[in-house]
Amino acid sequence: MALLELQGIAKHFGAIEALKGIDLSVEAGEVVGLMGDNGAGKSTLVRVIAGNFRPSEGEIRIQGQVKHFHKPVDARAEGIEVVYQDLALCDNLTAAANVFLGRELKRRIGPLKILDYPAMYARVAGLFQELKSETRPRDLVKQMSGGQRQAVAIARTRLSDARIVLMDEPTAAISVRQVAEVLDLIRRLRDKGIAVMLISHRMPDVFSVCDRVVVMRRGTKVADKPVDKTSPEEVTGLITGAIHAV
Amino acid sequence: MTTVPTRPLQSSVAIEDITGLKERSLGQRLLASQPFWVTIALIIICAVMTWDQPHAFATSDNFYNITRNFAFIGIMAVGMTAVILTGGIDLSVGSLMGLVGVVCGLILQAEHHWTLAILAGLLTGAAAGAVNGFLVAYVGLPAFVVTLGMLSAARSFAIVLSENKMIYNFGPWGDTFNAIGGDSTLGIANPVWVLAILALVFGFIFNFTAWGNYLYAIGSNENAARLTGVPVRRVKLQAYIVSGLTAALASVLIVGWQGSAINALGQGYELRVIASTVIGGADLMGGQGGAYGAVIGAALIEVIRNSLLMAGVDANWQGAFVGLFIVLAVLLQRIRGKRSA
Repeated sequence: MALLELQGIAKHFGAIEALKGIDLSVEAGEVVGLMGDNGAGKSTLVRVIAGNFRPSEGEIRIQGQVKHFHKPVDARAEGIEVVYQDLALCDNLTAAANVFLGRELKRRIGPLKILDYPAMYARVAGLFQELKSETRPRDLVKQMSGGQRQAVAIARTRLSDARIVLMDEPTAAISVRQVAEVLDLIRRLRDKGIAVMLISHRMPDVFSVCDRVVVMRRGTKVADKPVDKTSPEEVTGLITGAIHAV
Repeated sequence: MTTVPTRPLQSSVAIEDITGLKERSLGQRLLASQPFWVTIALIIICAVMTWDQPHAFATSDNFYNITRNFAFIGIMAVGMTAVILTGGIDLSVGSLMGLVGVVCGLILQAEHHWTLAILAGLLTGAAAGAVNGFLVAYVGLPAFVVTLGMLSAARSFAIVLSENKMIYNFGPWGDTFNAIGGDSTLGIANPVWVLAILALVFGFIFNFTAWGNYLYAIGSNENAARLTGVPVRRVKLQAYIVSGLTAALASVLIVGWQGSAINALGQGYELRVIASTVIGGADLMGGQGGAYGAVIGAALIEVIRNSLLMAGVDANWQGAFVGLFIVLAVLLQRIRGKRSA
């Protein structure tokens, strides 16, 4: 039984068909690359899975059970975490505060509930160590490199018991060394049995870290292949429409 | 999988070298904080004035006056900090003072109990703050416009309610009411005690509660705060209520001190309050600032005012000096920001 299963997912915005009959399944510990040109429907699909949009048609199943997500919190409750394209980080807060934003650890002192900084720092330090990232819990996010910022955003998904992590363009606009760092973070998630969906424009990233590549074009899925059964040339052709669906 | 190596080389530095590094020490943090430098400036000005005017400046009377004078602005600046942290602004606090003052005055004049007067005053402030907050957080209007509207409306209500007359006939409970704002405890004016307690409470709230953390988060990246599940709208609404409440509190105290309520009370105070928070290190873009900064900023403005007076400088120059310090404060912030980035 697949961890995440989409069946016949469609999404209309008025007369515009953003997604048409998408079938897709993702297993635990699998890294799936989602590729496609701008406007192919990648982001819409991610938002449907993350609970931002409700699908017009079709079903989402988690471990065989049909789920309806009305808002992002519902998806999160099912273990679906999203690393947003802009990372959704607050520059003026520390790494630890960002990781725990919205679900802070608190300690009770008499009638007061105060933030439990020592516990949060310790937990976040542990997460960074687990991700093998050179990031310190007390540093302000505004002073961090692109790779460290990614680590903070990814550490956030490790707080709860995430089963599926959706990553929207995590390697856009960061340096080559930082890209390597992020791909390494993805591998560590995979090693823990977490399913990762990587939305990316960068062919080398997808081919180095993904097990499978899904190509979308004009709202439909045109290919779904193991990476060792395809090539960057073929995927490029599928994205642009030079090669037709297989 | 492909032939790409599964474990790319990360860097030439071992992770342990980095994680083992000492994090920023207390001293470094202090040197990077604006309130610290404003405190130094305050001490220098006081030292110079003490040396220059030992018999006028460095007296307990003058200390009493200075602290009481900035207490009113300081109290409002602490509440304003909550709003500015979220990236908003509250221009209505001066007018709210006028409205709250008139409300308190009318209730006392009608011979009601002083607790009722204070309660009604605080409720008025909170209600006006709630209107501001609702329009900003839930309707999505710009804070500048909403609170500018309230600045105008609240002043107008104050004039209408007071029938444009001064209210000084405070009835049987007037003396108690006046004592709260006008008297002193242990040689320190009551408003200063209120300011001290308020600053401690809000210093604690800003630093050690989730709500305080949310203020910084919203001002830093509102969209991120929303995506991670912070109740952005509710927190913003509450911030404006806090600002309205502190304006009302300052008004209750100042009316008691003056022993009368006029509808022009607090005219132009909003700018002094905002100036205090900015000098104390608050960023008008949000996400930066604190309770101590607001208090020390208010203190600096008052000490400059007082010093100029004592040095015999024409009182009309005060605005120029306060303006200079606002710009210097922001400049200092910018320079520090560049260095730490």
